[in-house]
Amino acid sequence: MKLDDKLYLVRFNTDKQSHIKILDQEACLQCEDMACTRICPAHVYHWDEEVKRISVGYEGCLECGTCRVGCPDNIEWDYPRGGFGVSWKNG
Amino acid sequence: MEKFDVIVVGGGPAGLSAAISAAKAGVRTCVIERGDYPGTKNVMGGVLYTRSTEAVVPEFWKEAPLERPIIEQRYGLISGDEILSMSYRDPAWDQPPYNAHTVLRVKFDRWLAQQAEKAGALIITETVVQDLLYEGDDVVGVRTGRAEGDLGAKVVILAEGVNNFIAQKAGLARPLKSENVAVAVKEVISLPTEKIEDRFCLEPGQGATIELFGESTQGMLGTAFIYTNKDSLSIGVGALIEPLIRAKWTPNDLLDALKAKPYVKRLLQGGEMKEYLAHMIPEGGYNAMPKLYRQGVMVVGDTAMFVNGLHREGSNLAMASGKIAGEVAAQAIKVGDVSEQTLNHYDDRVRDSFIIKDLHKYRKTGDFFEKNPHLFKIYPEIASKAMKMFFTADETPKKEMQKQILKMAMKKRTKRGLLSDMFGAWRAFK
Repeated sequence: MKLDDKLYLVRFNTDKQSHIKILDQEACLQCEDMACTRICPAHVYHWDEEVKRISVGYEGCLECGTCRVGCPDNIEWDYPRGGFGVSWKNG
Repeated sequence: MEKFDVIVVGGGPAGLSAAISAAKAGVRTCVIERGDYPGTKNVMGGVLYTRSTEAVVPEFWKEAPLERPIIEQRYGLISGDEILSMSYRDPAWDQPPYNAHTVLRVKFDRWLAQQAEKAGALIITETVVQDLLYEGDDVVGVRTGRAEGDLGAKVVILAEGVNNFIAQKAGLARPLKSENVAVAVKEVISLPTEKIEDRFCLEPGQGATIELFGESTQGMLGTAFIYTNKDSLSIGVGALIEPLIRAKWTPNDLLDALKAKPYVKRLLQGGEMKEYLAHMIPEGGYNAMPKLYRQGVMVVGDTAMFVNGLHREGSNLAMASGKIAGEVAAQAIKVGDVSEQTLNHYDDRVRDSFIIKDLHKYRKTGDFFEKNPHLFKIYPEIASKAMKMFFTADETPKKEMQKQILKMAMKKRTKRGLLSDMFGAWRAFK
């Protein structure tokens, strides 16, 4: 099963506002590794070749916090507001 | 501002255990949880340990939503399509006093929260704690994300999980490091009860666990697991973030590669995926523990790095530390002294328990594995090959076969390397 289909099984209560911020998009241009595009289990971070920037699909965030550890300097990840975000069915 | 005696940040096993023990000791206790109800934000592999749970809720197995009592634990080393495994089974483990059960956290944590409410604790949901409140240097409560969301407390217990936001802001914890934290992904795959029991050789209701090493994590430091639930399997894999980034793997690809292994594939066959989950596991151990207390604050569970990865224990360390913190908080409040000096008692008690004793025992293992990344790659290969040669009946005289096994091992690792690995392991684990 593809990751997108797996994520389709997850229940979300999506907030209108994002809980994830890329602090400096310019820094991403200098970043060769772009670990965020691989380390996030939900592939929230995606390099958009057309506009040359990392796009952030915060709506699909599973709230593990791995991005915050993988890219501590340029990703500001916080919890979504109370009641919003992922809502596990099994856990 | 509404005032409580104890505010617990986070409704997982650590926080709820803290709330239960504090409320039972008769102090006004409140748990603040960011999910719809305790459980909806919570993930673990799925093993709940009986002794530490029983200490919080006596005879919990009579009522709690548990999946299966674990009667068999299997360890496997994966190398290519081969697997070398070892297991221990005791059918008596399906009866009280048990040893461990599998659980699904959404159900279990909700139930545990109900026990906290029965004990007298208040649970506030859908609320994120943003920071501690101070009066001078003293902690006097928490600030939440709600309008007029300040709540007063004499003691705040930080059970916020692996993402230690508040513990960092309070100057107790440092930012998480990629070599100290694993990311794990898991799938819950539904399968009919009879199929589970047939595939794992279980009597009705019994459960089993499998931990897989070696190529299950592509040789990176980490483990994979398969746990039996009532009518589903939990399968997952976790690896330290640093090697995962370096090896350019994604967590999901790691899990898919594991599921494609012949042994694993056959266990899951015909199952239907129900959920895909992700979570971080604090693996830093003894050397990465934060400061565990200060005036008015104690740190418990994952926030305190209380995970014994080698024994895949975490929920028990969480519950035991929560229980102790709840008791210490209640005692401090009763004597009217929540100073750092008094809360030091929490530190003494966790250090005197299995929690920190075990983390201390294995304090050198993290460094040992980090410095010897070949271990998880070469040894599964050597072990698999050795067993294959041992079991192959090809008319090679056994004495000759033993020589060939040794030769094969030396080819993969020099005599000197083998000895230094053994000595290193002995030093790290003794």
